[in-house]
Amino acid sequence: MNLTKPAPPSEDKRWRLVEGTMRRNGYEPHALIETLHTVQESFGYIDEDALKFVSASLQVPLARAYGVATFYHFFTLKPQGEHTCVVCTGTACYIKGANAILEAIKNEFGITPGETTDDGKVSLLSARCLGSCGLAPVAVFDGEIVGNLDAPRVIERLRRWVGND
Amino acid sequence: MTNEELNAIAKAEQESKERFEHEVCVCTAAGCLSAGGDKVKDALTGEIARQGKDKKCSVKGVGCLGLCAKGPLVAVESHGKKDKLYEGVTLEDVPAIVQTLEATETKGAAAAGLERSMDEPFFASQVKVVLENMGKIDPEHIEDYIAVGGYQTLYKALTEMSPTDVIGEVTKSGLRGRGGGGYPTGLKWSTVAKANGGATKYVICNADEGDPGAFMDRSVLEGDPHRVIEGMAIAAYAIGAHQGFIYVRAEYPLAIKTLKNAIRQAEKMGLLGKNICGTTFSFELHLRLGAGAFVTGEETALIASVEGRRGMPRPRPPYPAERGLWDCPTLINNVETFANIPAVIREGGVWFAAIGTEKSKGTKVFALAGSIVNTGLIEVPMGTRLRDIIFDIGGGIPEGRRYKAVQTGGPSGGCIPEQFLNMPVDYESLQQVGSIMGSGGMIVMDETSCMVDVARYFMEFCMSESCGKCTPCRVGTAQMYDILCKITEGHATLEDMDMLIELSDLVKNTSLCGLGQSAPNPVLSTLRYFKDEYMAHIVDKTCPAGVCKICSPAKEPVEVKS
Ligand SMILES: Cc1cc2nc3c(=O)[nH]c(=O)nc-3n(C[C@H](O)[C@H](O)[C@H](O)COP(=O)(O)O)c2cc1C
Ligand code: SF4
Ligand code: SF4
Ligand code: FES
Ligand code: FES
Repeated sequence: MNLTKPAPPSEDKRWRLVEGTMRRNGYEPHALIETLHTVQESFGYIDEDALKFVSASLQVPLARAYGVATFYHFFTLKPQGEHTCVVCTGTACYIKGANAILEAIKNEFGITPGETTDDGKVSLLSARCLGSCGLAPVAVFDGEIVGNLDAPRVIERLRRWVGND
Repeated sequence: MTNEELNAIAKAEQESKERFEHEVCVCTAAGCLSAGGDKVKDALTGEIARQGKDKKCSVKGVGCLGLCAKGPLVAVESHGKKDKLYEGVTLEDVPAIVQTLEATETKGAAAAGLERSMDEPFFASQVKVVLENMGKIDPEHIEDYIAVGGYQTLYKALTEMSPTDVIGEVTKSGLRGRGGGGYPTGLKWSTVAKANGGATKYVICNADEGDPGAFMDRSVLEGDPHRVIEGMAIAAYAIGAHQGFIYVRAEYPLAIKTLKNAIRQAEKMGLLGKNICGTTFSFELHLRLGAGAFVTGEETALIASVEGRRGMPRPRPPYPAERGLWDCPTLINNVETFANIPAVIREGGVWFAAIGTEKSKGTKVFALAGSIVNTGLIEVPMGTRLRDIIFDIGGGIPEGRRYKAVQTGGPSGGCIPEQFLNMPVDYESLQQVGSIMGSGGMIVMDETSCMVDVARYFMEFCMSESCGKCTPCRVGTAQMYDILCKITEGHATLEDMDMLIELSDLVKNTSLCGLGQSAPNPVLSTLRYFKDEYMAHIVDKTCPAGVCKICSPAKEPVEVKS
């Protein structure tokens, strides 16, 4: 049994959080998803170095780690923009006009879900029901859930992001 | 933790509560939180202190009060009795509400405009079993749960009942799984209990809640997490498991935070972990986060995901009851199923079986959304008429529009038209009209919704959520989606319709898991009740609801008959 643990890809302190998750789970292969969650939480996305490090540490084939990272919608392999906007496209939100919101965003900023504006300011994502259907249509702006939206209100918020900082 | 200790905590909590004349409960569940519930709570605390009433009034955050669309909601309990509910509370309303507290009988003028009468059908027609503590207890304090009798049933099960007794009670209750399938819970428990003798066993709580439009499980986890933990611990005792997992979707950060806190508190009090309540029974509970794949809610896929693999279904049998997590016998139940257990054990199976209909016992929590006045969370006895749910409790359709259909069961379900409004809502009746109970999402649609577009929406959902493992589902849903797109764009022929029906049949009967097997349901049910809308799109090239952007003139010569 090889007892030397692979070294993290860099000096970055965030790798300690990742190691922490793996240690808590006894470096068991079944900690793969938990660990990828920690990677994404810490770095914002999961890159190849992270996948290699995690798969080597948990002794899981890289192909399997890659397969898992791409299977679940929640994981992203691309860096995200400065800000993120998640538009809910669940049934209740759809009925109440989520598509009009996405269309307006596309017209104004030229991005569809999964894309980031060229200046790297805003990433647009979509979600299958955020569980706040009572407030449909709903979106999440940098982690803050906002309900009862319409296209103009969403555009206004995104304009602030693109204009400012 | 002994029974005396539990009682002592309950008594101490009760006494500290009685020191206050008024208890102000602010909803801080995700819905109201996004409307500023936490800020209202802080403002109320500050204002009460400023007006020098902090000796008489306490403030606490509670789980969902039900009327989520009208948040932030504030409920006031005076002298131990719930008596006022304010909706849409803003920071400016806070002083007036605090004033009203002391003018015991007369209402504060400004705050009165926000007041909802508790006699409305929305409140009066509900029967709360699963939601009995919702909006009453602070989910962050285990003592609050213990004060309303929490963990007493676990104690009772461990000290006074054998595992067989517990299963007997669950069987007697007639409780059926609330995750969608409606499988008898007692039968499932006894199968796992009997599975290969001394083997390691697991309990899993399915909190993936993938159906769009459903938020019952989220609300229960956020508002009364200990109830689910207690239900799981009782289940573990009954089937002989010592380890359990709650698989909760990553899209629910507040539920995750609440659960983590609740598990830690229960461990500290010896209600989870080794030798629970001083008995020989031990039960460890872990949290697992989903990562956003609808199909992972399917039980075999969920187990794969807990094992750290891709969440793809596998053929059953063997069922998880025989070979589940790491090939060990595994009990997997939905959040609401577990949340029913404390009530079943406390009041007895016979009591539970007296609620509901002959084959569908107990109550059901529904999430009302879409075109309905009272959007939110409700609980009614099984067998309640659809009309009563939508028009009395739900308050009907807003803006004087007309009811068109209610969609139940999410992507596996169907649409129920007006002619069935008088039908009782239970597993069998819903199935008879071509829909299903599902997990309890109800999305109400009025004449501004196009039923063909709705079918297309669900097909898009199933197509992109298909895991791709089997061909009929992977390819079939894509073909069906293409046809539905053609219809909504006005390019379809009647032959396309025939193809759509043929594909529905094929995908339904040859897919491996429930996703593919039920993917055609929204299409079949809209075809059954709203065929005229399909015809209008195909033959007349119009969308009666005005939703679809029919590209006219049609690109192909499709004039079939007029
Ligand atoms: C595609 C698919 C998705 C499912 N999603 C969920 C879900 O999100 N939550 C849930 O409790 N059950 C879900 N189920 C049902 C589970 O497979 C399983 O039947 C259920 O968790 C059993 O619990 P119960 O007996 O308490 O209902 C899903 C089934 C399928 C086929
Ligand atoms: S279909 Fe082929 S390429 Fe796609 S996931 Fe399956 S094996 Fe991989
Ligand atoms: S029916 Fe669909 S979701 Fe289910 S296993 Fe087959 S491809 Fe995957
Ligand atoms: S459908 Fe958008 S929050 Fe549920
Ligand atoms: S979230 Fe506050 S009432 Fe439902």
